[in-house]
Amino acid sequence: MTEIQTATAPETTPVELLQAETLVSAKGLVKYFPIMGGILRHKVGDVKAVDGVSFDIQKGEIFGLVGESGCGKTTLGRTVLYLQRPTAGSVEVGGKDLSKLKSTELRHMRRRMQLIFQDPYGSLNPRMPVSDIIGEGLLAQGMKSSAARMKKVEDTLEAVGLRRDYTRRYPHEFSGGQRQRIGIARALALDPEFIVCDEAVSALDVSIQSQILNLLLDLRREFDLTYLFIAHNLSVIEYVSDRIGVMYLGKMAEVATADQLFKGPRHPYSVALLSAIPDPDPRVRKKRLVLRGDVPSPANPPSGCRFHTRCWLREKLGNPEQCATVDPPLRDMGGGQMSACHFAEQVSDQAAQEAASRQSVVETAVAAAD
Amino acid sequence: MTTVVDLEHVSPVAERRHVGPPPPPDVLLDVRGLKTYFHVMDGTVPAVDGVDFQLKRGETLGLVGESGCGKSVTSLTIMRLVDIPPGEIVSGEIWFDGREILSLPMSEMRQIRGSDMSMIFQEPMTSLNPVFTVGNQIAEAVKAHRQVSARGAWDRAVEMLEAVGIPSPERRANQYPHELSGGMRQRVMIAMALSCDPKLIIADEPTTALDVTIQAQILELIKAMQERTGAALLLITHDLAVVAETVQRMAVMYAGKIVETGTAEEVLINPKHPYTQGLITSIPSNVPRGQRLNVIKGTVPNPFRMPKGCRFEPRCPLAFDTCREFDPPLRITDPDREAACWLHYPISERPVSRNGDGSGPVAKVRVDKR
Repeated sequence: MTEIQTATAPETTPVELLQAETLVSAKGLVKYFPIMGGILRHKVGDVKAVDGVSFDIQKGEIFGLVGESGCGKTTLGRTVLYLQRPTAGSVEVGGKDLSKLKSTELRHMRRRMQLIFQDPYGSLNPRMPVSDIIGEGLLAQGMKSSAARMKKVEDTLEAVGLRRDYTRRYPHEFSGGQRQRIGIARALALDPEFIVCDEAVSALDVSIQSQILNLLLDLRREFDLTYLFIAHNLSVIEYVSDRIGVMYLGKMAEVATADQLFKGPRHPYSVALLSAIPDPDPRVRKKRLVLRGDVPSPANPPSGCRFHTRCWLREKLGNPEQCATVDPPLRDMGGGQMSACHFAEQVSDQAAQEAASRQSVVETAVAAAD
Repeated sequence: MTTVVDLEHVSPVAERRHVGPPPPPDVLLDVRGLKTYFHVMDGTVPAVDGVDFQLKRGETLGLVGESGCGKSVTSLTIMRLVDIPPGEIVSGEIWFDGREILSLPMSEMRQIRGSDMSMIFQEPMTSLNPVFTVGNQIAEAVKAHRQVSARGAWDRAVEMLEAVGIPSPERRANQYPHELSGGMRQRVMIAMALSCDPKLIIADEPTTALDVTIQAQILELIKAMQERTGAALLLITHDLAVVAETVQRMAVMYAGKIVETGTAEEVLINPKHPYTQGLITSIPSNVPRGQRLNVIKGTVPNPFRMPKGCRFEPRCPLAFDTCREFDPPLRITDPDREAACWLHYPISERPVSRNGDGSGPVAKVRVDKR
């Protein structure tokens, strides 16, 4: 059971060419989940999973979405696909506002946007052969002829580097990496334009992860795909993304191209996130900027800037009042790099180094008290 | 058909064991020829199949490998926490602090475990008991190993919570695990592991379940505590970057065997074994954007059908005829470096395979990373 490696020469897609057309556009997206409580099970609050997020994804682009658990990145991915209706805001795909579509039109639209899941074990039905797993979507989209479906399933299997005769097998006969390929084939079978990859490589070992990342990049080139790539692993995000959105507690902290973000982040949270990644090169020994405490609860987010309770820059600037009272909007810092920080101009490598050299590495369990 | 075995007095392993001479006193942990197999319904899984390594007092060693390579089973065997049956310690010796611990009766092992040798697990939520306060759980560990009053044990618990950077430790000691955040729970686990001044700390994927900013906190804390207490650290992880930042020496495992050892710096900059090379070049952060990731083809071997020769041979881009038939033992290649690969044996020392002259290629192993 060897997987076929598609051996194509490395090739970069120039970002300039991609800026022609906006494929996905989210405007002011909000998704709240109600918290029920009390004897009468009435609503006692909201988990503000996504709280006002706007961004555009260009055709052919890979937009990376990064953040810690609970920051709302998965909810955002699902809301963009309209698997969950947003509480407020709108999503346009290919110029069509999804909230204005009738249910039949929405179903036709779904063919163009697909999802790849994280867990290659939980996301495949163990009682279904591969032909049904991949073919189910085709049937739902109206491909009635079983011969045509089978042909499509086999073509798709081949495209993801599996053998055409795997159609009769069941998920348990495959390794984790092969299962993830089946998950990708399922999304690909419908000839989508836009795919949300929700932590698509997070559950895989490094050597398998690289196979799947290469495959996803090959498929993008071959089928002209656009990805929203959600991951918590920053080095994966850096490697695949053209542009990146950094999320913190339901809001976008920074949106920038991969180069801009990794060379000169303009939000204190992005700086800390980059500083936290361990570097596999032992020659790189940096003084790490360690954030204090944990991510606050999205049911009761801090006032003003949501990051102010853990912000090293605010501390350095003598805790300005503004951070705790005014929610900073995303501002263009030049070259399309957007940062949601009142003091984004003060964010620099030098400032981060100074903050890092003053902190104790042991006393970081909780955020500074106000 | 049940046989009653008095575990306190009979140690089936001890009776048929020929134990070698003890290691020099500066060696805290000496694992020799360790084999731990699991007998399951489909056959026998050689999870650990001939592992040798040493850990000096106060030294830090990283045991690295992908899932299923036997790194966790190695640590569980050292703690003697492997369930027997289905597990079986087929052969080998483990010397800890001047004693051969595989021959010890369980009652003596219990005295060592948690006091001289302690463990930090991956999942702090499942390793802490939800119905006792964290202070209680640490105090219980102290009472089990030290002649102290209940009050003294409680004071020690509070002292340890303070040492790992938990603010207002008296109040936190009275809280239950569910009242603490993930990062805080991992701090409690570390406090508990250090409460009896261990000589050896085994940390099994201590940060895998944590977010990257919390991972940074915990790694810095483990490093600081290791330096402060002078305990030796055996860090088990799949993450090469965590190893690069945390330990002095490392050992790479593949399919139940150690394939390469050396200082972390040497191994990561100049890997000798083709598996280590493949692993390092498949990490996205080592590869520039747009360039293809290196791929280790195929998947790990089926444990019921291990390859006859080198276990990495089916996936190895450099394999030649000798590799197919003979399993290479670890060989010292440089001072303090070992690799288990025929490429690092002079041609005259390679066994001659039936189908070839055994010459094969000669080692060419420098990988330029950036």
